[in-house]
Amino acid sequence: MHTQEQVLESDLGSVDSAEEAVLKEAGYLGFDEDDLHRIGMALRECLVNAVVHGNRYNRRKKVYLKVVRTPDCLSITIGDEGDGFDPGAVPDPLEGDNLLRGSGRGVMLMQAFMDEFQVSQRSPQGTEVRMVKCKARAE
Amino acid sequence: MSVKLTSRQVGDVTVVDAAGRITLGEGASSFRDTIRDLAASGHKKLLLNLAEISYIDSSGIGELVSAFTSVANQGGVVKLLNLTKRVQDLLQITKLYTVFEVHNDEAKAVQSFQ
Repeated sequence: MHTQEQVLESDLGSVDSAEEAVLKEAGYLGFDEDDLHRIGMALRECLVNAVVHGNRYNRRKKVYLKVVRTPDCLSITIGDEGDGFDPGAVPDPLEGDNLLRGSGRGVMLMQAFMDEFQVSQRSPQGTEVRMVKCKARAE
Repeated sequence: MSVKLTSRQVGDVTVVDAAGRITLGEGASSFRDTIRDLAASGHKKLLLNLAEISYIDSSGIGELVSAFTSVANQGGVVKLLNLTKRVQDLLQITKLYTVFEVHNDEAKAVQSFQ
């Protein structure tokens, strides 16, 4: 098992550098190009949520990234210091008029691209999202 | 690389060739500004050629939807051309295939505006 932890600034530049580092870890697991793209996208959506909606670009607040690589799976945990987030309160982006909304699709994409997606309250403040992607098992 | 947008006129249809990434930040705002400027200057038939788009995030998707609705509100039409496999997948996951008219052939796409 290999663990990597980073404390990121609340800016979009941090998102780019973290994406690069996590995709490197994912590469060690042998994910194919499509899965690497899905992992990268889920990670980006999650980090952007932490920076923009969680910490609201507040430079005094940090984003906490933890990546755990086991032989078969990559686990990514992202925490922010925002006011908290209830994924159940996000309108279903596939429902009726929501299809034409200009935002609100990030959580759905993370859920679609990763095998596991969990949101919890971070102590002492903020939101923590844990996402896991495992290599497809050969039949 | 952020997004690079160039527009050209084919009859009364404006084809916007997009290349690079449409993501939160510079890419999404430059895309939004370009569409807004085109619509404001009377270009109401827009065909977005996404063949060279390498990456689009949820903000980028949001910009596509906003382009669709804002141009439609001004009496215009936005259609998509040459989606990459990844953008196709995103439109399927988000059900936006039911919103956008998507083409793979530019000549036929241009004709479809008539």
